[in-house]
Amino acid sequence: MSALETVYQANTQTEPAMIELKGISKEFVKPSGDVHSVLQGINLQIPKGEFVSIVGPTGCGKSTTLSLIAGFEPPTQGKVYISGQKLEGTNQRAACVFQTENAFPWKTVMDNVSLGLRLRGKNKAEANDEARKWIARVGLKDFEGHYPSQLSGGMRKRVALAQCLIVQPEILLMDEPFSALDVHTRHLMEDELLRIWEETSASVFFITHDLEEAIALSDRVIVLTAGPGARVKGDYRIDLPRPRNVAEISFDPAFMRIHQQIWQDLRDEVIISYENANKFSS
Amino acid sequence: MKMQINSVVSPASREVVSRKAELKREALKLRARNLSLQLAVFVVLTGSWQFLSSNKIIDPFFFSSPFDIVKHIWTWAVNGTTAGPLWLQFWVTFEETILSFILGGVFGIIFGYALGVNELLSVILGPYIKMINAIPRVVLVPIFILWFGLGMPSKVASGLVLTFFIVFFNAFQGVREVDRNLVNNARLLGASKGQLARHVIIPSALTWILSSLHSSFGFALIGAVVGEFIGATHGLGYLIAQSQGAFDTTGVFAGMLILSVTALIADWGVSKLEKRFIAWRYVRK
Repeated sequence: MSALETVYQANTQTEPAMIELKGISKEFVKPSGDVHSVLQGINLQIPKGEFVSIVGPTGCGKSTTLSLIAGFEPPTQGKVYISGQKLEGTNQRAACVFQTENAFPWKTVMDNVSLGLRLRGKNKAEANDEARKWIARVGLKDFEGHYPSQLSGGMRKRVALAQCLIVQPEILLMDEPFSALDVHTRHLMEDELLRIWEETSASVFFITHDLEEAIALSDRVIVLTAGPGARVKGDYRIDLPRPRNVAEISFDPAFMRIHQQIWQDLRDEVIISYENANKFSS
Repeated sequence: MKMQINSVVSPASREVVSRKAELKREALKLRARNLSLQLAVFVVLTGSWQFLSSNKIIDPFFFSSPFDIVKHIWTWAVNGTTAGPLWLQFWVTFEETILSFILGGVFGIIFGYALGVNELLSVILGPYIKMINAIPRVVLVPIFILWFGLGMPSKVASGLVLTFFIVFFNAFQGVREVDRNLVNNARLLGASKGQLARHVIIPSALTWILSSLHSSFGFALIGAVVGEFIGATHGLGYLIAQSQGAFDTTGVFAGMLILSVTALIADWGVSKLEKRFIAWRYVRK
């Protein structure tokens, strides 16, 4: 663990972190005129190629953090740096797998996957060739001409993955991407994600409410406190060996030890969040 | 992966084939039944109308009869109408309708898109558009006739104001209903404003717009016909107004029949258009 940490520090000294959040706060003005604080004083560095999961109770601002990194909205206070450069507007070095749908229902699998390249000015033949490779890579070879509505939930996630990775993003954002899938499909997809990710050098920012999923996939798990005004509560390094088998890793004693340790942190926040919710509703 | 499971040849495959044929037969039977029932409704309605009218149970002067109506259309077609040949009347009305349909549609889509995308514009213009929409637009027709005269432009204008608002509100709503995630996804993938419109917003809004085109063609027709009613020298509406002036009930019904057939054909055309533009909605699941 200490060895890993020294490597990590050495990295940050030689090159700027892929993603850096510096003193980030985010507030919304509610329709009633009150100010609702979502995030408060978030500091976070994610180096190149690291797989980071972020967990926290419902409504704690995980998705808000993601949309700040994606550049969908600016922070109220603080700055987002991507490779040392301040982020302005949409983050062109990132791609995102959303919780709901990524695939455009009016486009075939082929057109969906090649879209990123087409938007960046590649001609159709080249983009389609590249897309064909990615479609095969995620195991959808025979479905190039299908529309998303003709595919199962797991297949649509594969399309989403191919659609994101074809533009070779340096940052892959994932907002509870597999939460709508059944447990078996989900394990398959998680394994597939790891397999494909290990061939790239992308940093992954993975949101989930499932601590097991977070530990099984990540190099690092970050726990946020319950909102309003969420902060970083814990930052854990997961030094389980790779490649991993997501379905079986949870039997590993090391996994269980880490799980227990993080759960101590997370549990308190979940309870607070639950009490808050009951307070507001009654 | 899943396809392989399906393609495994099962020992009961012959049974599957015969079952499929049976299902097909059943579907065909259902279709035949529906068609014959539809036909039966037509026969009963027109038959009893004809019967009541020829036996003077209802006054043929006021209610005419199906047979007379068809005969009247035939006379118009062969001998021409008071305003010239029948095809010309039909053509005039059709042209006015198509023109106002297209113009109303284009303006509706442009304004709906602009206000849907631009928050400021929709806030500023919103109340005015609602106000204009609240006016019964048929009362604008006399004004249009004063402005544009008895010819085609006044009818196109009245059809246009009727269709515009329907298409406008649907286009506006369609643009507003676009999935935020899909927009964000396209932005991350590198879409410029124009590309965002082309790949995401317009295809998504098209479902709404095309469904509004169905009803708006009917309104374009209403605009044209009402315009012809109030002041014109040609057209099916003019023909109906003329017949009405001469207490010619059969003429009024004949005009109505031609109009409804026109509307049916147009509806069929719009459906075709719809299937072409949003083919992805009709794919086999």
